Amino acid sequence: MDSWTFGWTLALIGMTGTMLVLWILSLLILLLKKIFPYQPEESAAKKG
Amino acid sequence: MESALVSGLQGLFLGVLSLRPEHVIMILIGSVLLYLGIKKGYEPLLLVPIGFGAILVNIPLAEMMGKGGFLRFFYDTGVLTEVFPLLIFIGIGAMTDFQPLLENPKIILLGAAGQFGIFLTLLLALALGFDKLDAVAVAVIGACDGPTAIYVSSKFAPHMLGAVSVAAYSYMSLVPLIQPPIMRVLTTEKERQIVMGVAKRQPISKTTKIVFPIAVTIFASILAPKGAPLIGTVMLGNLLRESGCVDRLKSASENEITNMVTLLLGLCIGATMEADKFLKGQTLLVLALGFVAISLDTAVGILFGKVMCVLTGGKINPLIGAAGISAFPMSARVVQAEGQKYNKKSYLLMHAMSANAGGQIGSVIAAAVMLSVLQGMGIVGG
Repeated sequence: MDSWTFGWTLALIGMTGTMLVLWILSLLILLLKKIFPYQPEESAAKKG
Repeated sequence: MESALVSGLQGLFLGVLSLRPEHVIMILIGSVLLYLGIKKGYEPLLLVPIGFGAILVNIPLAEMMGKGGFLRFFYDTGVLTEVFPLLIFIGIGAMTDFQPLLENPKIILLGAAGQFGIFLTLLLALALGFDKLDAVAVAVIGACDGPTAIYVSSKFAPHMLGAVSVAAYSYMSLVPLIQPPIMRVLTTEKERQIVMGVAKRQPISKTTKIVFPIAVTIFASILAPKGAPLIGTVMLGNLLRESGCVDRLKSASENEITNMVTLLLGLCIGATMEADKFLKGQTLLVLALGFVAISLDTAVGILFGKVMCVLTGGKINPLIGAAGISAFPMSARVVQAEGQKYNKKSYLLMHAMSANAGGQIGSVIAAAVMLSVLQGMGIVGG
């Protein structure tokens, strides 16, 4: 594989892949926040 | 007796007689790194051991990196095996609070845009004639993340480890000088004045904070398996922090382990700066490309911030895009200072912190994606 094919392939898949993985992680965070919502008791427990 | 005396004296002066101009130059470079670390305060934790290592390895006949040499032992054990950067990642994870990111997850995309400089620099390095894997090692300076740059460089281009590491850490410490001019060129005064207001602190449950590093490790490692060591160690450190039940391990990770490994890693990086390997035109190119990589990261981050600004109807200040790199929290502070220059009512710090935390994860993910794509293309072994 020549350098240019290598470079463009890695750059395009790399940029798209990084964006895609981080977008999935942002959805994962939203999902976690939905599954494990903050309970006000937690702050009370902290103070207690 | 006379000949024995002469031989003895010759032995004493052998070091002086073997001293060549390139040794002197490298000892001076080592001294400059010490000066920058000690006097100027540029990343002293790394630049001091690197500078000292560079001096040690260029003492003629000392054979520090020769077979059985004391620096060779640590280099083979910790750098070639990639163990040192991974141990540092555990410490980074233990020190990092992902709360701002958990509060505002969409900002993580700025952390992706902030890594595009890596891939653009890769193309530039290839155009300048770098070998494929050498170009990858140079490009990763753009991750703005020392341990990631060291990890990738030691894996693919160990002969360039010294130049890549020095570039990565030097430019990271120069972020407050590199970023502001780029911010000013790429944004209008109106954009810089956008008020995002004081970010509302959203409480995040303890369970979310604990599950986050475990879930990220599983998902991201399955998507980019070759990056599992990078992602796994950062997230392990973060789990130690958030679990709240292993304070001794957390404390050891962010203090004793990180401190010891930083010392040895710095010495080993310095030890790769032997005159015949470092004093080459290629080193200057690596330093120049490293600067370009970090500048491009900043530029693409800001441009992505402008896109988000348009999409949100002007609610996002594009300046926070500059914080989508891994230099935490320095980059977020630069954004805050720059925003305040144009609008005293603008408080961008918490928003920039979210982008900055996204940049920390983004740099590791970008390297992980890169490693997996390289494996998929058959450039590196499985």
